[in-house]
Amino acid sequence: MTQQPVILAFCCHYCAYAAADMAGSMRLQYPSNVRVLRFPCTGKIEENHLLAAFEKGVDGVLVAGCLEGGCHFLEGNLRAKKRVQRVKQILGEIGIEPERLEMFNLSSAEGPRFAEIVKEMNARIAPLGVSPLRKSETHLENGIAEMALQAEKAIQGGNR
Amino acid sequence: MIVADRKKIPEIRDMVQGHNRILVVGCGTCVTVCLAGGERETGIIGSALRMSLKLAGRENVTVHECTIERQCEDAFIDVLGQRVGEYDAILSLGCGAGVQALAERFPKTAVYPGLNTQFMGILESQGVWAEKCAGCGNCRLGQYFGICPITRCSKKQLNGPCGSSRNGKCEVSEQTDCAWQLIYDRAKSLDKVAMLESIAVPQDWSTSNDGGARKVVREDQCIAGMGPKA
Repeated sequence: MTQQPVILAFCCHYCAYAAADMAGSMRLQYPSNVRVLRFPCTGKIEENHLLAAFEKGVDGVLVAGCLEGGCHFLEGNLRAKKRVQRVKQILGEIGIEPERLEMFNLSSAEGPRFAEIVKEMNARIAPLGVSPLRKSETHLENGIAEMALQAEKAIQGGNR
Repeated sequence: MIVADRKKIPEIRDMVQGHNRILVVGCGTCVTVCLAGGERETGIIGSALRMSLKLAGRENVTVHECTIERQCEDAFIDVLGQRVGEYDAILSLGCGAGVQALAERFPKTAVYPGLNTQFMGILESQGVWAEKCAGCGNCRLGQYFGICPITRCSKKQLNGPCGSSRNGKCEVSEQTDCAWQLIYDRAKSLDKVAMLESIAVPQDWSTSNDGGARKVVREDQCIAGMGPKA
């Protein structure tokens, strides 16, 4: 079992995913323990998806959407913000630190901000340690791969 | 429709303690519409319950989910059929009627409620549901121009308003409309204010929650020889 925390980034195709791409192109350094999932919009992210990430043993989840007012689908990011709040409440009820989950807003031009966000989440997760729900590294990685597949299906409109 | 909201996860976890195989059953009717116990919510509560049980040291408990079209009708419960035999408890995300229908159908399986059933009401605005009907069994909405004082007046006054109606609101809360203000406004717009001058007779509560659980029987619809259940 790895002791390295793993952070899952639920990224909007129109902003955070492009920003992550830009961070790469700019050769910016940020922790390698982040796994990026691409969604057509943060509004496509259901509470179920976020809970599933924690259930699979992910240590931290960040949802990264467009700047408020700048959503490609007008209000998807505002919906995501409310869903994140609700999932935080459920995590609290379960007994998992709600701060393991956070929503961020950035534009597609903010590669450096993406790198910062990943560092920020790492700093936040470090004192909390590895999730008590983690089974094994294999289980976690398989779970993430499965979620990535689902997210890609969502992009293609095949996952309803 | 029937409006409900979910119980907190720790309460659910404590209810199902002692069980090792739990089936969370959602309902595709009212509680789907009020976003409390449909397929999506069934997934959420199932996932949250699994995590909660694991953190409580009960990692070996199996929690599965499924959603049926309607829990309050035996014919729709059929699809659960033999599957229920694989579980020692059901967590129903139906309303109180759904929970009891499952309990009646599966006498050897423990059934627990995952929701708190609230009332019969309507969607007032996105995410807000409001109570509209008390199911009193003796509807007088015609007399009150389509606004029920039994459900919506805090004092259930049939001859209102009382002295605590202020600016169209009830003394109970500034967010609560005075039902009698609504009745008066509606009577005015229908040009029937004069009807409010007559005294309304007391409600016959014998049709309400009196003398035990009520039944509606349509003999013409009963299958010959079977009759209503005793």
